[in-house]
Amino acid sequence: MDGFLINAIVYILAAVIFVPFAKRIGLGSILGYLIAGIVIGPFVLGFISNKGEGHDIMHNAEFGVVMMLFLIGLELEPKNLWKMKNLILSVGLTQVLITSALITSIGLLAGIDWRIALAAGLSMSLSSTAIVLQSLKEKNEIGSTTGKMSFGVLLMQDIAVIPILAFLPLLATTAIDLPNPEGYGILENQPNWVQTLMIFGAIGLVILLGRFGFGPLLGWVSKTKLRELFTASALLIVFGIAFLMNLVGLSPALGTFLAGVILANSPYKHALESDLEPFKGLLLGLFFMAVGATINFTLIWKEASSILSLTLGVIILKTFVLLVIGKFKKLDLSDNLSFAIGLSQVSEFSFVTYAFALQLGVLSQSNSDMLMAVTALTMTITPLLLVLLDQLILPKIKSTSKSKKPELEPKIPDQNKVILIGFGHFGSTLGRFMRANGVEATILDSDPDQIDFLRKMGFNVYYGDGTRLDLLHAAGAAQAKILISAIDNTEHSLKLVKLCKEHFPRLEVMIRAKNRYDAFEMMEMGVKNVYREHLDTSIRMGEDVLKKLGFRAYTIHRLAKQFRDYDEEALKVLVKFKGNKDEYISKVKKQIELQETLLSGELTRKFSMNDHAWDSDAMKDGPNPNS
Amino acid sequence: MRKILILFAHPKYEHSDANRALISAVKDLNHVQIRDLYELYPDFNVNIQEEQELLFEFDVIVWQHPLYWYSCPPLLKQWIDLVLEYGWAYGPGGNYLKGKYIFNAVTSGGSPEIYSPKGKNRYTLEDYLRPFEQTALLCGMEYLPYFQLGGTHKMSENNLVLKADEYRRRIIQLRDADSISSLSIPSNL
Repeated sequence: MDGFLINAIVYILAAVIFVPFAKRIGLGSILGYLIAGIVIGPFVLGFISNKGEGHDIMHNAEFGVVMMLFLIGLELEPKNLWKMKNLILSVGLTQVLITSALITSIGLLAGIDWRIALAAGLSMSLSSTAIVLQSLKEKNEIGSTTGKMSFGVLLMQDIAVIPILAFLPLLATTAIDLPNPEGYGILENQPNWVQTLMIFGAIGLVILLGRFGFGPLLGWVSKTKLRELFTASALLIVFGIAFLMNLVGLSPALGTFLAGVILANSPYKHALESDLEPFKGLLLGLFFMAVGATINFTLIWKEASSILSLTLGVIILKTFVLLVIGKFKKLDLSDNLSFAIGLSQVSEFSFVTYAFALQLGVLSQSNSDMLMAVTALTMTITPLLLVLLDQLILPKIKSTSKSKKPELEPKIPDQNKVILIGFGHFGSTLGRFMRANGVEATILDSDPDQIDFLRKMGFNVYYGDGTRLDLLHAAGAAQAKILISAIDNTEHSLKLVKLCKEHFPRLEVMIRAKNRYDAFEMMEMGVKNVYREHLDTSIRMGEDVLKKLGFRAYTIHRLAKQFRDYDEEALKVLVKFKGNKDEYISKVKKQIELQETLLSGELTRKFSMNDHAWDSDAMKDGPNPNS
Repeated sequence: MRKILILFAHPKYEHSDANRALISAVKDLNHVQIRDLYELYPDFNVNIQEEQELLFEFDVIVWQHPLYWYSCPPLLKQWIDLVLEYGWAYGPGGNYLKGKYIFNAVTSGGSPEIYSPKGKNRYTLEDYLRPFEQTALLCGMEYLPYFQLGGTHKMSENNLVLKADEYRRRIIQLRDADSISSLSIPSNL
């Protein structure tokens, strides 16, 4: 137990120290984690004593990549994925094939055994999903042209992992009985057609579950209103799919990605996102630290020249291939550079293929050590290159070819200007009215039964407690213009106000208040737009009463409006007294006083007395100007 | 420098190119304030006191509106009915508007030519605006010649810009001239 605590403290402390520092000086979080890993690794402080420990951690933390792909899937609706199919096939496949071919032939030319050259070539053609997507996210570029192209390549590489793993055993010189590297190997002794069938079966199962299984599960769980249970179910989904994929020998990242895409249309999208995000972040951070910790500096020191030249060679070669592809896809120079350099590192998945090839006897221990060092170095160097590119080179290119291309489409096209929280009777009336005028809001509600129904009616409703900061972020509060709280729970409303004030100061907040006292509290917190739910209805009813008693409709309509204005004004005056602690005797007494002031007709009657519009009585007394 | 208040009434401003051109020609001028009545009083409940206090501050008042059925849109009439109160704007003690200048700036679908005894509308625009003139007179104000942007249905972008610029010049002239009565303002443009 002590060991665990100390380890946890070491890792977290390293991250807390180095990551903010790296971000501050513009290096991005990935480099921060890598540096933290190097520092606590065996070659600096030695908290992680041996390489094996680093690899173990890395292997476990790889699950962060799986979660990341699930989350990315959530943001990609199936129809958008379908639109990308050309990109994935043409760009992705070309990249994988050409890069592996080039690396293999260079290896052959250098006189390396063809098996080793091929194994290294295949492994090194992959790029690091973790690094690329994380840095794209950090720069908010997932939706840009570069982002989409990079994503297409990464997706193809994830698919390519399957045939690569299947292919490696064919290179083995000696037939050894070995376990499947990732999975549990229930398929190994099956004939080919059974394997294929089971793979398709597994994918089909994921799709079926995504369509019909996960929604009801999450709905059922969310009815308990226990947030941790919802988080647990989200984890269950990811773990379950990863397990299933391992079972049939597919990439777990690919499987969860698929499930994410299917769930992208579900009402639980935002809730899933915000619940899994911290797990993903922590695991990825840990993963990057493990990569840093496994860099074998002794080896690098000993064979400095060959390792450095290999590393640079790989980066240059990969960049070159990607540049050519980008050119074919008509990327302009700055986009093409970020695309090519961004993807020029070797993948975390290569660690797995090296290990596998080592077991198969394709690679020797020294081969594998060398390749691992090169891979870890490329992962460290490319983020640095990207920083240099962004800060030194791109500004120059942009300034020379300025105004060449007009602003691309706004960055977040699918996010709405209005977020509506609470879709009960109050919220839904509001929502219907807005929709009737062509304004669609992002709606959050915490009643799963309600949501199903509303979704069927075509409303953009998501499940979730709107007073959670992460959920507000996921719903796009940072980009929205107006946030409406239509919930009937005062405490939640107040919490929401506080959150918005702190984190989204630009967001205009409009709040439903139950009564005068709630309104006071909200006004004291600085909310300008407070709507007491009973006010308009009761006055409108009063209008009708007076009409039935024989008052003229238009006169009463005008007076009703004035009464409402007066009531709103009075509230602004009274709220000041409420804050005065000296005058505050007891809440109850205050309330009675307040009601008395308002209810004694004196103040209110003046409306009718002072209304001289269209009134000719006064003229009859004085000299008549019309005579 | 005189202060100018433009009381603007258009129930569907978002669809009116003509009024948008006029408004944007004058909205950045110093000492000129535009009051978009349909935006302020969508429910027709004109705030009498606020309007009166505001009028008090200005020297020149403009009623800017489209011509609907030979008159102004109903909210401007509502404004006149409510704000120009007996005992404030006219009648005993009603001298708060005395000495101010006022005129109509109207847009009309029909061209200026058809507002004549020979034209389809049989009377001049001046004739149609008599009620406004008399209202101004009763309140002791000086009624100035109207400004017309006519034929808006068929107006080219170019002509619109020209007319808007003319409006701007008229407003600037009223704001800066030493004496308004000495100005020669063309009455039909």
